Amino acid sequence: MIVRILGEGQYDVADDALDELNRLDGAVEAAVDAGDEAAFVPALAALLEGVRSVGTAHAVDSLDESDLILPPEDATIDEVRELLGDEGLIPG
Amino acid sequence: MSIMKRMSLIFRSKANTALDKAEDPRETLDYSYQRQLDLLTKVRRGVADVATSRKRVELQVNQLEQQSTKLQTQAEKAIGMDREDLAREALTRKSGLQQQITDLKTQHAQLQGEEEKLVLAQQRLQAKVESFRTRKETIKATYTAAEAQTKIGEAMSGIGEEMGDVGMAMQRAEDKTAAMQARAGAIDELLASGALDDASQPGGGDDISRELDAMSSTSDVEAELARMKGLSAPEQPAAIEGQASSGDILAEEPQTQAQPRTTGEQA
Repeated sequence: MIVRILGEGQYDVADDALDELNRLDGAVEAAVDAGDEAAFVPALAALLEGVRSVGTAHAVDSLDESDLILPPEDATIDEVRELLGDEGLIPG
Repeated sequence: MSIMKRMSLIFRSKANTALDKAEDPRETLDYSYQRQLDLLTKVRRGVADVATSRKRVELQVNQLEQQSTKLQTQAEKAIGMDREDLAREALTRKSGLQQQITDLKTQHAQLQGEEEKLVLAQQRLQAKVESFRTRKETIKATYTAAEAQTKIGEAMSGIGEEMGDVGMAMQRAEDKTAAMQARAGAIDELLASGALDDASQPGGGDDISRELDAMSSTSDVEAELARMKGLSAPEQPAAIEGQASSGDILAEEPQTQAQPRTTGEQA
């Protein structure tokens, strides 16, 4: 599957790596829900680093849509909330 | 994976809004391509804007560092003239400048980071726009209007996602740059007002300089007079040259002021 990190580009990620990424994503979600900025920053960094380490860069000139999209590395918890809340609450 | 999924859904819904506008779906391709070129132009302008801000901060750092060096020299000169009060004043101001310089250097690093990100974003978008153009021509040449719909959808969603990403990167860079420009403006005002003793001003008249200059010229006159009278020069002018370079310029020793002076006077 293709994962995009905003501001960074697309990565090809093998499906069997998803369990680990799900676990890391869970930590980010918990931090966002709790409004815990101190937990959020390292959790997001770990998730993005996970994508980078298991993934390989997707061809830059492809017009393929991403399966998953992640916030930029330097996003704050408020920015992520804003990104998610932009068009109303979309149930995960 | 709700964060990842939710964000993906939101991006997708935004990217697909441009579709279904033209009667012949193939016209949508040209419309979208024009928007892509517009966005590329905007990103290039964005890169230039951030670079301008970065250069402005560089210039300010240079000015403040010159000022800092000048204050250091003044402090040494003042110590050479046994004016610890003036030396202390100069060093205090220098320390204030040092803080500004550190802040500006942090800002400079941030701006440089934003600039690099935008340049990379521009390159990625450029590559995708080029692909889109090729795909667009193929679709227009090969498919009928009825057949084209699916192919167009595929091409549009991929480029739409990239455009959304680049648009966001630009917004972030603009926000950060705007905040820094406000601070840079404040520092320019301080420099202009003379509160930071702008060294670049012609005539360079800050109060420490004026006092040191006045003392120098008095000493010079005395030296000249002494020379004309055929006597050896008095002690003080020699001390200016001699003690300034000796190691203990910052040593605190009690001094007796020969002549009372008001310090910190404004003119």
